[in-house]
Amino acid sequence: MLEFVVRRLLSAILAIWVVITVTFFFMHAIPGGPFQRDKVLPPAIKENIEKRYKLDDPLLVQYKDYMLNLLKGDLGPSFKYRGQTVNGIIAARFPVSLQLGLVAFAFALLVGVSVGIVAALNQGKILDYLVMSFSTLGVAIPSFILGTLLMLVLSYKLGLLPPATWGTPLHIIMPAISLGALPTAYIARLTRSSMLDVLSQDYMKTAKAKGLPRRRIVWVHAIKNAIIPVLTYSGPLLAGIITGTFVVENIFAVPGLGKHFVTSIYNRDYTVILGTTVFYSMILIGLNMLVDIAYSQFDPRIKLSARKE
Amino acid sequence: MNTLLNVRDLEVEFRTYAGVVRAVRQVSFDLNAGEVLAIVGESGCGKSVTAQSIMRLIPSPPGKITGGSILFNGEEILAKTETQMQKIRGNDISVIFQDSMTSLNPVLNVRTQITEILRLHKKMNQSQADARAIELLSMVGIPEPQTRLKSYPHELSGGMRQRVLIAMSLACDPKLLIADEPTTALDVTIQAQIIEVLKNIRQELNTAIILITHDLGVVAGLADRVMVMYAGNLVEQGTVDEVLCDPLHPYTWGLLRSLPRLNMGPEDKLKPIWGQPPDLLLELDRCPFLPRCEHAMAICAQDRPPAFNGKASHTVNCWLQHPMAPPTSRPQEVG
Repeated sequence: MLEFVVRRLLSAILAIWVVITVTFFFMHAIPGGPFQRDKVLPPAIKENIEKRYKLDDPLLVQYKDYMLNLLKGDLGPSFKYRGQTVNGIIAARFPVSLQLGLVAFAFALLVGVSVGIVAALNQGKILDYLVMSFSTLGVAIPSFILGTLLMLVLSYKLGLLPPATWGTPLHIIMPAISLGALPTAYIARLTRSSMLDVLSQDYMKTAKAKGLPRRRIVWVHAIKNAIIPVLTYSGPLLAGIITGTFVVENIFAVPGLGKHFVTSIYNRDYTVILGTTVFYSMILIGLNMLVDIAYSQFDPRIKLSARKE
Repeated sequence: MNTLLNVRDLEVEFRTYAGVVRAVRQVSFDLNAGEVLAIVGESGCGKSVTAQSIMRLIPSPPGKITGGSILFNGEEILAKTETQMQKIRGNDISVIFQDSMTSLNPVLNVRTQITEILRLHKKMNQSQADARAIELLSMVGIPEPQTRLKSYPHELSGGMRQRVLIAMSLACDPKLLIADEPTTALDVTIQAQIIEVLKNIRQELNTAIILITHDLGVVAGLADRVMVMYAGNLVEQGTVDEVLCDPLHPYTWGLLRSLPRLNMGPEDKLKPIWGQPPDLLLELDRCPFLPRCEHAMAICAQDRPPAFNGKASHTVNCWLQHPMAPPTSRPQEVG
């Protein structure tokens, strides 16, 4: 177990290094730079600015400096927002994205799994068709349409929820639903098919032949097996939800990190691009690792070992 | 001896896209306490369906018990509610399924899978149930039962899993154990060991067993009485000696003739039963074995044969037993 974690950590560090390096050189390969505007700056000023941010150094030197700072945990200053560091931006904005992502994730998992199970237990009946129809809608409707619709109905027409911005728990509801709708639908389908597969297994007949009540057959014998594929999916899903908040944050004017992740690219805000990329890839890799560890707790057939068989 | 199980005119149907398959037709038999009854017959003849009907384990839909009666300890099984059945399953009647590789839940350990039955039916606490589980595992010949209790199914061999399934089925000292081809998925040496375990069970616990099998060798070694089924029908039943040594139905002759014998020479060939069993979608108003029977008569195509009594315990559904039928001698390889 410990050996597994150590090995995974080492490969995670390697993966993150590759991500940084590739991002760094690709980013510099894109034409333009952080201080290039429509209005051409006088050469002397441009030179001064570039000197100040060390953009006049050879690329490899810049790379070396960036990596050394990164090792100290310093992601550098923002080129666009004067006086703000990338660490500061992430620290201020990420908790908002995280909160929104976690609520959306919990919503997707809770609703998706329970609805999927209900559908599987009522296979071929009206409830099953209902769930499957709604999940098709959930997959088909993009988050920005759903978000706008929710805003129109719940805020504008009914006046139940604040339409935008951030602050109270009520503010979280609509963006979380818009963000969670697609994964909810996907999890519902995944759970349903996985559950149907498990219900047709021989050991379900054994469980029934033992005289177990249906409640225990479903909760203990079936769900523990059926949840495994959902678990596999939930790691990348959570990472995707937390890092993919851009559109929803934009619609609901949520002050999260997603917005910076995208706008930094237009702004050629090199340090913010790199900083958010490193940060997001760490989340992604970390969550995948967590899922692998959690996996072994659910499925006894999976024993964590450092070597591949 | 008192009758434990009394099955009368059992009818089971499966509704499929092709039509209604009548898998079990008018099957009647009795089982006494502590007796071992073997049900033999080729695949699809209704053996398993008959046995699973007793526990009401036929998946419904598509399956349905459409007629007859099943009295267990004098109580009508077919009239019970699902909740009442839950008290009987695993407690009074239990079953060992044939495929040990897939019949255990892969994510629950042996301990959970055995003790949940004891906690449910016998209201034991976990430590009582653990003690009983260890006792059960050693009874079925599992070495180091304490350690094995923590094992998951994938850590056990096929034979060990079958033993765990048997231990599970014995947990509550059932009055009736249904062994549905318990040795089919195992290799021959393990088969012999499992048969040995079943023998011990009947000797020590006096549990009545319904043994479903293809293997007439197992029947001879374990059973008291034999039922031969063909195309959903009961064709012959009697004691092991009667059916194996003095068989009266041409189908039973065919089964016995297709077995290898020790005194066979290298030139001797096994004699299979030619042809296929009839389509169970069809209504059978004649002898189901007619198209494959070497001794068929005109009457066989006109009406279903009723049960004729050879001796009181030996019944045969074949027109050859009619007083007016011509004398027929069974093939010399048989009996």
